[in-house]
Amino acid sequence: MNESIQLQLEKAPNRKAYLSTIALILLALLVWSVYGVNLSGFDQRGTQIASNIIRGIINPDLDFLFNLTSAGVPYLLFETMAIAFLGTIFGSFLAIPISFLMSPSVVSAPVAYVTRLIVIFIRTIPSLVYGLMFIRVSGPGPYAGVLTMSLTSIGMISRLYVDVIENLDRGVLEAMTSMGCTTFEKIRYGILPQLFSSFLSTTIYRYDMNLRDASILGLVGAGGIGAPLIFAMNSYRWSEVGSILIGLVVLILIVELFSNRLRSRLVKG
Amino acid sequence: MKLTWYDKVFKPKTYTLSNGKEVKQRASRTPIVLVVVLLVTIISFEVTGVDLSLLRTRGHQFFVILLAMFPPNADFFSSIWGPLFDTIQMSLLGSILGAVLAIPLALLSSSNIIRNVFINGLFKFFLSVLRTLPTIVMALIATFLFGLGTMAGTVAIFLFTLSYIGKLMYEHIENVDMGAFEAHESMGLTKVEAFRYAIVPEILPTYLSVSLYAFEGNIRHASILGYVGAGGVGLLLDERLSWRDYPSVGMVLLTLMLVVFVIERISEYFRMKLT
Repeated sequence: MNESIQLQLEKAPNRKAYLSTIALILLALLVWSVYGVNLSGFDQRGTQIASNIIRGIINPDLDFLFNLTSAGVPYLLFETMAIAFLGTIFGSFLAIPISFLMSPSVVSAPVAYVTRLIVIFIRTIPSLVYGLMFIRVSGPGPYAGVLTMSLTSIGMISRLYVDVIENLDRGVLEAMTSMGCTTFEKIRYGILPQLFSSFLSTTIYRYDMNLRDASILGLVGAGGIGAPLIFAMNSYRWSEVGSILIGLVVLILIVELFSNRLRSRLVKG
Repeated sequence: MKLTWYDKVFKPKTYTLSNGKEVKQRASRTPIVLVVVLLVTIISFEVTGVDLSLLRTRGHQFFVILLAMFPPNADFFSSIWGPLFDTIQMSLLGSILGAVLAIPLALLSSSNIIRNVFINGLFKFFLSVLRTLPTIVMALIATFLFGLGTMAGTVAIFLFTLSYIGKLMYEHIENVDMGAFEAHESMGLTKVEAFRYAIVPEILPTYLSVSLYAFEGNIRHASILGYVGAGGVGLLLDERLSWRDYPSVGMVLLTLMLVVFVIERISEYFRMKLT
């Protein structure tokens, strides 16, 4: 009994050399990056700013936080939500044809590979660069933000859509073929119900992420809460920064809670 | 069948089976969801001032900058190396530190490891709040604290990685089958030993694969951090864009794409091996 266990144990492949090589490479990379980043601590100014930031967040500008006109935090958050919403909707619609073109089980392998490459390229261009390009189309403002969000959402959404398409249960389709269903019926009753809830779940998840990313777009003047936040930071108005950050954090937490609920209900059916 | 308020407004359909039994089918939720989505879409159109006809008339403007990037300025390549390595080093250091520190935080947040609701809740809340702050905002705050440069970017990436891996890991740890742990304990192993042999093998592959994925994403994130002065290739991008030197911008983007592509391939290879 013991001998057979011993034999089985010795059969396990010896991966020590492999693992230690990887560990060594990782260590070398770590040392290289520590060497490259000029590590610096807090200086006198840094500590003072840190205390200012904390003071600002503890004493937020309440007038600004609850100001219901178009200059207050609630409206800015609302605008950010609208940008993220439209961006997600457009992005998810654009992603549907792209994801079909990307999945090897629908189109031929070279087409799928080329589409995949194009999507990687679309994904790599930073959103700020897209923002600048779209401002030429629509002028500065939330519209440019919507267009940017739609384009930047495509990458992740289509990647997740492809997984869903690849994992389709083909047995259902075969069963329907043998029952004599037409192509339209097969798509309507065999494919759509399988895809719909997963696609929706992905889209809701992406909305979460877009809401977070939408705050970046303000940097290039593409609307949303980013611009006021960055202006306030650059002019050291920390109590305003505090109220924007509090609004943003609360909004994102609430949206996340809702979207998690929705998604778990979608998964359960 | 439980009736919700929705079922009281839209009566469920009743079928009578051949054996006389009655079955109810709930009315579909799809119409009301569609109406809500449509309403929100219309409101969003109003708020953001989206005008689709503008795309047709002025859409070609989008390609002005894009076409100006071709052909990319190959001579500029020599000045890209430095900032590009800065970006990679920033994301590497930030990712490794974040991934390492995420372990204790994830353990403190999982209710099956630390049986204290208060501590779990506190750390879960901390991770959630950290996750809501956009990376670029953290980078901006970090530039105020540490001055302009790669340190600020590293800190921003570190915090983002920490929250991302921390959250995914505590979700995973909480779903681990604790039966093996209990079995090890009942065989006389200490808690630490039982953890080492029952829990670690379960979570290690996921942990490594999530960390690799985070690193992959961080390279992408790191490329925009330069916009707020947090070092790396974004600095170069910002500078060239404001000079309208688009061929150089094209070269930066092209190099970035190649690097991201190569890193993604490597990380994908290892993640495939892990699962």
